[in-house]
Amino acid sequence: MTTPQQDSGPIAAAFRARARGAAWPTPRHWLLAGAVAVALVLPFFLQDFLVFQLTEVMIYGLAILGLNLLTGFNGQFSVGHGAFYGLGAYVTAILMSRYEVPYYWTLPAAGGICFVVGFLFGLPALRLEGLYLALATFALAVALPQVLKFHGLEAWTGGVQGIVVDQPDAPSFLPIGEDQWLYYFTLAVVLIMFAGAANIVKSRTGRAIMAIRDHPLAATAMGINAPLYKTLTFGVSALYTGVAGALGALAVQFVAPDSFGLFLSIYLLVGLIIGGMGSLPGCLFGGLFVLYVPNLAQEVSRGLAGVVYGVIMLLVIFVMPSGAAGFTRLVVARLSRSGRREPPS
Amino acid sequence: MKQPTRRTILSAAPAALAFGAPLLSARPARAAKSSGPGVTDTTIKIGNTCFYSGPASSYGTIGRAMAAYYKMVNEQGGVNGRKIIFISYDDAYSPPKTVEMTRKLVEQDQVFLDAGPLGTPTNSAIWHYMNQHKVPQLFVSTGATKWDDPKGHPWTIGWQPNYQSEGRIYAAYVLEHKPDGKIGVLYQDDDFGKDYLKGIVDGLGDKAAAMLKVKASYETTDATVDSEIIGMKAAGCDVFINTAIPKFAAQSIRKAAELEWKPLHILSSIGNSVAATLQPAGLENCKGILSDFYLKDPTDPAWKDDPGYKWWVAFMDKYYPGGDKTDGGNVYGPSNAATIVQVLQQCGDDLTRENVMKQAANLRDFRVPMLLPGITINTSPSDFAPVKQVQMGRFDGERWRLFGPLLTGAVG
Repeated sequence: MTTPQQDSGPIAAAFRARARGAAWPTPRHWLLAGAVAVALVLPFFLQDFLVFQLTEVMIYGLAILGLNLLTGFNGQFSVGHGAFYGLGAYVTAILMSRYEVPYYWTLPAAGGICFVVGFLFGLPALRLEGLYLALATFALAVALPQVLKFHGLEAWTGGVQGIVVDQPDAPSFLPIGEDQWLYYFTLAVVLIMFAGAANIVKSRTGRAIMAIRDHPLAATAMGINAPLYKTLTFGVSALYTGVAGALGALAVQFVAPDSFGLFLSIYLLVGLIIGGMGSLPGCLFGGLFVLYVPNLAQEVSRGLAGVVYGVIMLLVIFVMPSGAAGFTRLVVARLSRSGRREPPS
Repeated sequence: MKQPTRRTILSAAPAALAFGAPLLSARPARAAKSSGPGVTDTTIKIGNTCFYSGPASSYGTIGRAMAAYYKMVNEQGGVNGRKIIFISYDDAYSPPKTVEMTRKLVEQDQVFLDAGPLGTPTNSAIWHYMNQHKVPQLFVSTGATKWDDPKGHPWTIGWQPNYQSEGRIYAAYVLEHKPDGKIGVLYQDDDFGKDYLKGIVDGLGDKAAAMLKVKASYETTDATVDSEIIGMKAAGCDVFINTAIPKFAAQSIRKAAELEWKPLHILSSIGNSVAATLQPAGLENCKGILSDFYLKDPTDPAWKDDPGYKWWVAFMDKYYPGGDKTDGGNVYGPSNAATIVQVLQQCGDDLTRENVMKQAANLRDFRVPMLLPGITINTSPSDFAPVKQVQMGRFDGERWRLFGPLLTGAVG
C-alpha cells in the first residue's frame, strides 16, 4: 500500500514548485514523511466519524487535484468537474450493485471510463477558449443529474432513488473497523495518484502542459502538439476526478442524482482556488476547505450560514490571493529572508 | 489597524480553522447503561438534518418550526422532567452532506434519535446506515411509500400520508362517483410521480386497464404540459387526476379551461396550495376541483374559531414570531415534532432506542392540534404509516370546502 521508494522523490519534488535539484533528503522530504506518518496513525486516535470526514477530505482533495491538472497546470477552465465525479461514483455503484464487482476493481473502471469521456469531451473543447470552455463544461454539470434521472437508463442508475452501495469490509486479518479501512485504502490511492501527478508535472509532458498554459503559440512553435496534450490532459483530469468520485461512493455508501448537482462543481472550483492553482499539496487544503468551512459557517450562524461562508471565503482570498500554497511559499520566503537578515543587525 | 497584528490574526485564522477543527473533539464518555446514548437524568438529546440552504431551502422553515416546538415543550417542563436538546444540521438537500451530518449527530453528538429528517433522497442516503446502527429514524418528513417497511427497515418510520395511499384514495373516489369514467393521469416522471401512479393503478384494481386511458408524464425541466392536456381531451377523458407540482398543476388547470375541457378534476396534495397553484391558474378556473387534505390550511378562514388553530397561532406568536403564518411547513413542523414528543412521553423512564421504536409502533388515536378534525395517528408493529386518513375538499372559487368522511388508502 505504501508507494515504491522511487516515488517518494517526485512527491517531495512536487512540494517545491520549481525543483532546484537539492540534495536528498531535503527538509521537504522530512516534512512529507512526517505528514504521511501522522496520516497513518491518526485513525487510532480519532472517532470513526472524524476518520470518515478525513477520508472525505482526501477524496475532495483528489477531485480537486484532477481539476488542478486541467485548470491549474494546463489553463483550461472547467466549471463542470462535478459531472466526472458523479460519473465515477455511478460507475462504482453500478458495478458493485448490479454486477457484484469487488470494490477495488471499480476504481480502475471508473478512472478508465472517465478518461475516455473526458478525452472525448476534450476534442470539441479544443475549439473553445476561456469563458466559452467554462460555459461548455458548465453544461456538463447541469446535464448530468438529468441524464441520471432519465428513465431509459433507470435499470442501471436506479433513477431518482439512487443506488445503495455496501461499505467495503476491512480484511479479516486487520483489527480495524470499516471506516478506518476505507481511510487507509483512500490514503493509499491518494498517495499513488498524487505521486503520479507529481511525476507528470515534473516530466517533459508536464512542462509541455504548462507551456501550453503560459503561451500556447510559443509552445506550438517549439513543436508541442497542443491539441493532443490538451485533450490528453482533459482525459487525465477526468480520470483523477472520476477515481475520487468512485471513492466518494464507497465512503458515502449511496449515490443519487441530487448528490452531484451544480454546487459540487462549484465547490471543487472553490477548493482549487483556495488551495492554490498549480499546487499539488494545495489540493488537500482545498479539500479541507470544501468539507469543513460550510460546517463552520453553520456553527457560527444557521440563518446566515451563506453569508458567513462568503465572508470566510473573501477573507481567505484576501489573505491568500494565490491560495494556501502561494501563501505558504510567501511565508517561508519571508521567514528565511528575515532569518538571514537578523544576524547582521 | 496596526500591520503586524492584523496580519497575524488574519493569517492564523484560516489555518486554525482548517487544521484544528477535526482534532478538537475527543471521544465522548459513554452514556448510562440503563438508557440509550444522549439521555441523562435531566436531558434528552435529539437531532435531525434539514435544508437551510441550497435549492430547496424554502423547506428549512420546517426545521425552525420544529425547534420552536421543542422550545415550548422545554418551557412547559420537558418530557417526564427531561429537557429536549434539539440539534438540527443543514444538509443543503445534498445526500452526501446528509450522511456526513447524520454521522456527526449519531457518533459525535451522540443523539438519542433522528427526529423528522427532511427529504426523500436525503433520507434514502442514511436509510441503510440508520438501520445498520440501530438508530431510530423517526417520522421522516417525506411522502415516499418506502418508509413503511417495518420488516426490512425496522428503525425507520414515515409520518405523513404517503403518495401511494393518496393515489388509492383518488381511485376509490372515482370508482364510487364515476364508475365508467375514462381517466387521464398527469404525473412527474420520478419516484413521487410513479408512487402516485402505482397507488391509482392498485386502487382501480382489475378495472385499471379499462378505465385508465392516458398516463402522461412530464419532466420538471419541461416548458409546458399543454400537449399532455390536449392529448387527454382528445382521448375523451372525463376524469383528470392531476398529481403535478404547483407550476405544472397551474398550467394544466389553465389549459383545461382554455380548451373548455371540464372533467372530474382531482388535484393531488402536492399541488393544492391556493397561493402556489390555484391563484396562478386563475381562481375562476379552479371551481369544482377536488383534492385531499390532512392538515388544517392556515390560510383558510374556516378555522378562525377552531381551538387547534388558535393554539397554533399562539404558538407561532410566542415561539416562532418570525415564521410565515401562511406557510404549510410551519404547520407541518410542530405537528411532526409533537409526535416525537408523544413517543418520548410514552417511553417513560425506559429511554432505550429499542423502546423508542416499540413506542413509535404503539401510537393509539394520538391527536395533533393542526390535523383535520377526526384524524388520529395510529401505528402498530406491522404498520409504520402514522397519518393515514385524509378528507376530500372541493374548491368553491374562494377556498377549499372539506366534505365527506375521512378516507383511508392504507397500502399493505
